[in-house]
Formats: sequence, C-alpha cells, structure tokens
Amino acid sequence: MRALSLSDFTFLLLAARWTVLLSLMAFAGGAVIGLAIALMRISEHRALRWFALGFIRVFQGTPLLIQLFLVFFGADLLGFNLGAWLSAALGLSLNAGAFLGEIWRGSIQAVPGGQIEAARSLGLRYLPRMGLVVLPQALRLAVPPTVGFGVNLVKSTSLAAIIGFVELTRAGQQLNNATFRPFLIFGTVGLIYFVLCWPLTLAATRLERQLALAYRR
Amino acid sequence: MGYVFQFGEMWAASDEFVDGALATLRLSALSMVLTLGLSILGALVRTSGPKPARALIVGYVEVIRNTPLLVQIFFIFFGLPSFGIRLSADTGALIALTLNGTAYTIEIVRAGIESIGAGQSEAATALGLRKLQVFRLIVMPQALRVIVPPLGSQFILLMLNSSIASAIAADELTSAALNIQGRTFRAFESFIVAGVIYFVLSLAFSGAFSLLERAAFGRIKTR
Repeated sequence: MRALSLSDFTFLLLAARWTVLLSLMAFAGGAVIGLAIALMRISEHRALRWFALGFIRVFQGTPLLIQLFLVFFGADLLGFNLGAWLSAALGLSLNAGAFLGEIWRGSIQAVPGGQIEAARSLGLRYLPRMGLVVLPQALRLAVPPTVGFGVNLVKSTSLAAIIGFVELTRAGQQLNNATFRPFLIFGTVGLIYFVLCWPLTLAATRLERQLALAYRR
Repeated sequence: MGYVFQFGEMWAASDEFVDGALATLRLSALSMVLTLGLSILGALVRTSGPKPARALIVGYVEVIRNTPLLVQIFFIFFGLPSFGIRLSADTGALIALTLNGTAYTIEIVRAGIESIGAGQSEAATALGLRKLQVFRLIVMPQALRVIVPPLGSQFILLMLNSSIASAIAADELTSAALNIQGRTFRAFESFIVAGVIYFVLSLAFSGAFSLLERAAFGRIKTR
C-alpha cells in the first residue's frame, strides 16, 4: 500500500480520455446501426421489420454486461481476437444501435405522412426520399432524445472495466488496489463522470424545451 | 470456425442457474419495493417539502443520474467501510441498486403528481382534508395512472442493471454465470444461458406489470 499523490489524479484524468474515446466510438457505431435498424423497423418488407424488432427486443431485454461478455468471448470463438477495447466498442455499438434505432424510428414516424406522399408523387426514389425529405425533418425531433441517450452511453462505458479495458472506472479500481482510499478515489471517478455527463443532461433538457416551444406555435 | 457448442455442462449446472435467477429475482424485487416507497416519499418532499429539502432531492437525483451505477456500487461497497460501515456484497448491491433506481423513479412519480390539476387538491382542501389526506386520498390515486406504465419499464431496467452487482460478487444470476464459466471454461454457453434467463425474466416482469395495470385501472385508458 502506498500514499495517494497528485499524479494519481492526473492518472485518472488521463484514463478519462479512454472513456470519452470509447463513448465516441460507440456513438458512431451505434448511429450507423441505429439508422439501419430505424429504417428497417418502418420498412415495407415484413422480414426486415421483424428482424429490427427482434434486434431491439433482445438488446433491450438483456443486461448490457451480458452482451459485452458475449461479444468478448463470442468473437474469440469465431476466431477473431478482438481484445477488450474492440469488444467493448462493438458491444456498446450494438446496444446503442438498438436504443438509437427505437428513438429515431419515433422521430421518423413523427414526420407527417403527406411529406412522404408528396416526395413519392414527385418521383423521388427511396434514397433521395429518405435522405432529402424525411430524415432532415426527423433530425430536428431526434436531437434532444439522442443527446439524452448520450448520457446513458457515457455511463455504460464504465462496464468495459469489467471485461478488463482500462478506462476511467478500471483506472479507479487499479488505483484503489494500490492505495486503498476507496472513498476518495471512487468519489473522484464519480465526479469526473459527472463533469462529462452533466453538460449533456443540461443540453438535452434545454433542447427539449426549445423543441416543445417551437411545436406549441 | 470449428467450435463445438456444449450445452451439456450447462444442463449439469442448471441448479446454479436456477439459484442465480431466484437470487436476481429476490434482489430486484426487494429493491423495487424499497425504490417505490422511497420515491413516493422523495417526490412528496420534492413537490411540497421545505426549500432546503427540495434542493437536497434535486442534488441527489442529478448526482445519481449523471454517474454510472458501477461506480456507485464501488463507492458504497468499498467506500463505506472506511467509515466503519461494513456491508455484505448483497446488502451493498441492494443499497446501490435502490439508491440508483430511486433517482429515476422520483422523477416519474413527481411528473405523475404534477400532472394532476391544482383544482383537485384545492377542492379537497376546501372540503377540510388535511395535507397528507389530500395527497393520499385524492392526488396519488389519480397520479398512479400516469406513474405506473413508466415505473414498470424503470423496474425492468432495475432488474437488468442488477447484473452489474456481479462486479462485487453479490449473489445473483451474472455472478452464477461467471462461476460456472470459471469452472467449465464454457464462457459463451454460460452467458447465452444467462442472457436467455434475463430475457425471460424481463418478459415475465413486463407481463406482470401490464396485468397489474389492467387489474388496477381496467381495460379502457382514459385519455
């Protein structure tokens, strides 16, 4: 056991970079998967709709931790050695994809049907119809809940610590094992998460209020 | 890929899975009951308590909602003993899950209370009911209609989140799966089985909540 020094707090702050990076990667991956899931969910093909619904149900109906374990050990079985970092990024992306898919489906379906009919009657095919007419309008509605989900995502990255990826929480555990000052260390770790998440929470609330005002008129 | 799934060893460990599932059920059900009680109390203080108490609740809700459950579990389980409060892993997990869940459900209950028009409590007060009677007999029964559906989803999340308690080896399903995979080296199978059990549990909870909702409020939704 050794004493806690100032450099230990720098160690935690540096570890927080990995939390941020993992959050960004998971958000990017989750956005791609989520958009695909949202579009499949409202597709005209029944098989696609069912696949998307099943995907969402499975990822929302089981614990994220179990999903991370399955990706971590499952990739190994398939012959890919992803390691903790890529497993965590992939697992979090799949999970985020399910949640973002459901959020974005709601936003897309809130775009008035007349817009789609008008685009169709102008002869726009699927891609330009979605890309130029529907999605830009859905974006406005999607932003506040997406920012709110970002908070969840940042917090979820802490579970990567359990499969052994050294991000903020894991760094806190390591530091605690060496110095045994759990109250101070996990308090600091919590504070860093709070500093990361609080602005997102505030932004989400603010954006929601603005949107509600815009729609009241 | 050349991997051969072997669920035989999982079948041999079925007792452990069942015990784990029951432990998860126990942990989450107990936490749900505590969460429900605390969040009604918290929402009551948040909406009509003295100002410093209100601020305290707001602070608690924001701190919990903007930090990860895993860190909260570590903070409680490893941090409290330095103040002489020793907790078993199970108790630590129960406290952490309850404190975490309550921060979310306080907001749900508060939104429900605030959705009931002020005229209701004014009328009740005019009829001579005391403050607590107004809340218990007039506001809460109406607010429950708004509260119960999101509360159900939050409780299912609580049950799924209880898997994180495996990080401090509390008695529950994910810990059981970790033990089984440690012994059999069949990691994938262990977590598949655990995942299926969690999925069934979440379906069961959501079924139970909608039955409860229907029994309490009837088929027709007033809207």
